[in-house]
Amino acid sequence: MTTNSTSDTRQKNDLLLEMRDVRIEGFSSGRWHPIIKGIDLTLKSGEVLGLIGESGAGKSTLGLAAMGFARPGCKIVGGSIVFDGQDLAQLPESAKRHLWGTRITYVAQSAAAAFNPAHRLIEQTIEATVRAQISTSTEARKDAVALYRSLQLPEADTIGNRYPHQVSGGQLQRIMTAMAMAPRPDLIIFDEPTTALDVTTQVEVLAAMREIVASCDTAAIYITHDLAVVAQMANRIKVLRYGEEVEEADTPIMLSAPKQDYTKSLWSVRALQKPERDSMDVLLEIDHVDAAYGETPVLFDVSIVVPRGKTVAVVGESGAGKSTTARVITGWLPQSRGEVRFKGVSLPNALKSRSVQQLRQIQMIYQMADTAMNPRQTVEEIIGRPLEFYLGLKGAARERRVIELLHMIELNENFADRLPSELSGGQKQRVCIARALAAEPELIICDEVTSSLDQIVQEGILRLLMCLQEEFGITYLFITHDIATVRAIADEIVVMFQGRVIEQGTKSAVLNPPYPEYTQRLLSSVPEMDPSWLDRLLAERSRDAA
Amino acid sequence: MNNNSQAYSATAEVASVRLRRSRWDRARVTLGKAPRSAWFGMIVFAIYLFIALFAPWLAPFDETQVFVTPFASWDATHWFGTDQIGRDVLSRLIYGARNTMGIALATTLLSFAIGGSLGIMAAINRRLLDQILSRSVDVLMAIPSLIFSLMLLSIFGSSIPNLIIIIAVLDSTRVFRLTRAVAINVVVMDYVEAARLRGDGLWWIMRHEILPNITPPLIAEFGLRFCFVFLTIAALSFLGLGIQPPTADWGSMVRENANLIQFAQFDIKAGLTPLLPAGAIALLTIAVNFIVDWFLHQTSGLRDDH
Repeated sequence: MTTNSTSDTRQKNDLLLEMRDVRIEGFSSGRWHPIIKGIDLTLKSGEVLGLIGESGAGKSTLGLAAMGFARPGCKIVGGSIVFDGQDLAQLPESAKRHLWGTRITYVAQSAAAAFNPAHRLIEQTIEATVRAQISTSTEARKDAVALYRSLQLPEADTIGNRYPHQVSGGQLQRIMTAMAMAPRPDLIIFDEPTTALDVTTQVEVLAAMREIVASCDTAAIYITHDLAVVAQMANRIKVLRYGEEVEEADTPIMLSAPKQDYTKSLWSVRALQKPERDSMDVLLEIDHVDAAYGETPVLFDVSIVVPRGKTVAVVGESGAGKSTTARVITGWLPQSRGEVRFKGVSLPNALKSRSVQQLRQIQMIYQMADTAMNPRQTVEEIIGRPLEFYLGLKGAARERRVIELLHMIELNENFADRLPSELSGGQKQRVCIARALAAEPELIICDEVTSSLDQIVQEGILRLLMCLQEEFGITYLFITHDIATVRAIADEIVVMFQGRVIEQGTKSAVLNPPYPEYTQRLLSSVPEMDPSWLDRLLAERSRDAA
Repeated sequence: MNNNSQAYSATAEVASVRLRRSRWDRARVTLGKAPRSAWFGMIVFAIYLFIALFAPWLAPFDETQVFVTPFASWDATHWFGTDQIGRDVLSRLIYGARNTMGIALATTLLSFAIGGSLGIMAAINRRLLDQILSRSVDVLMAIPSLIFSLMLLSIFGSSIPNLIIIIAVLDSTRVFRLTRAVAINVVVMDYVEAARLRGDGLWWIMRHEILPNITPPLIAEFGLRFCFVFLTIAALSFLGLGIQPPTADWGSMVRENANLIQFAQFDIKAGLTPLLPAGAIALLTIAVNFIVDWFLHQTSGLRDDH
């Protein structure tokens, strides 16, 4: 294995990166706005710094600025970024290019989008190393395989010969980490590397990344909005908001005694709780349902009971059949066997044979509010359509009701004229909720409605959903992979795995021992706000395996 | 750093309150911001439209009226001279605006109505309907369109309605392919699923959910198709199956007077005569494409006023 010439002389605890009063501006609506308003950041060799904050806080922009890079439409307008003695803010592009990909590397949020689908994985892993002539192609390949092995990828010898679409998302994210590690950089920037992964996969990726960063003694900046994750990875945490630093401290201190109110509010989001209630009145019953996409069976003998006025959470990792179950209920995917009964009446399998009243009573809210709203329709048109279609409201009556609904979701009439592109992520999801409410449904299916949102915004949406349930007695079928959300809002929990229901019960019954094996694994994979959680978990799992 | 308002509130997310604007106001704002090229296009198009609408009042003579001297030179009575059988060129140019533009516009609109609606339907119903439509379109496109339209015109006779329908149907195959390709990307969106789960009908989904999201490429194609129709008509006229004499159209006027170019060395104005209808076509094409460009710019950006 080859080493970088500078890393031989590098000592632990040397100052590696020093950013002073960095200011960055972004161009939008015809003028330049400040995005980063003068932030200082220092990083020693071998140290991991966590950057957290809600979206729009400037985390990614700051992370990229540590490389001396500004996204198109952004520019670094002030301050110094001294990396190993060189000021990246002043350095010409060509000189920075010598550092990028070899001494400073970057792991992007969505590995699926960051890989070139036309090249084999190993070619992409070694590209930077070979191009910078750090090692020859053969050596680099050998090293890449060793990295794959240490990242616990299956079939490490041959996995590099596959194309990006032939491996799973978690594997791709680990290969991307291997790609970033291959030139043995001094600094890696991880930009939300596990946000798109399931909890069970996330644990494996986190463990692998932490292991390799520690063993190579690389400094890292870890950007995320998930506090529990950053608690596992970082030595120090810096909290950002509106492009300014809120506070910075060592991880244990930050977790136990945050100073600023904003940090405390971030910490307290997970404390949202709802008392459990039970009810015997059954609203929806899924009875021994099988379903398939074409020839591929997806659901096997699924039975779920949804009591009226309650929240039933369906949990499981992706591919467990959660969304497919929702599609069977809505009639989008007719089941091949079994029955769905709504208020005791069997629903026709196919969408076309359902009556308008049956359609009205079951509404759906989607994960991605962006794609769930027509970008060419205004908020009024989006919310107004179900009013017109189901309830026959027109003209002024429709407009009045739209404004009422906007107030219900804590927005106001000024939003009626906006297009979806003029709304923030949380507002978009609120409008989707209003669209579902407009139909005056009895059951709302929420498909991962909060998973693409920040924690503070998530909390707002969950509170709103709970309020609406109190007020109108709406029943929710809440699909999620986030156990924290389930703790917050569920009355009953259904655990699904590989198209089957593992267990259904009240929240207290499912979240407390004894657990079936899969439930145990799922629950234990949820990161906790404790820096030693990952160590304990890995120790327990290896003990169990032995 | 403001620590007072830490609690999340959606209304606090609103940066600036926007006043509600009526449709008319928005149109005025948009028009006010139109670039010069778009204004040029719109003015030229408006003049053409005016000429086409009021041709009988504007033209000094009738389009079919024959005078004694063929190929007369430019003078006070016949501003642009006369053509090969002695008809006034200026009058024919003015009447030609009516025929040429009317036919081109009708043909393009019809081909977009057919190709566009079938394309969206095929994108929504990906099974049998899509197969039937796409394969029929393949068959139609496999036959060279000029020969095919010649054949159809000789079967059904060369009248203006036939001409419009035949060119429109043959052109609609290209529109169909484009529409289907762009609509497929829109059909898979969650909002289309939401509309179908709501119980909305096929027509509503096509009109409200899909069409607004695929207009930019369709508008660009419209500008292009509109111009190609002139060429097709001119080519058909050249072969004797296009617009039948004595009806004036610019394509045939270029052909009929093409010989005059040889006389340019004796009389420069005579040489210019066949270039007048050609210039009329060129100017209209440029004007239409300027408008289309601006439209494209407008519809591809989702924020319409600010």
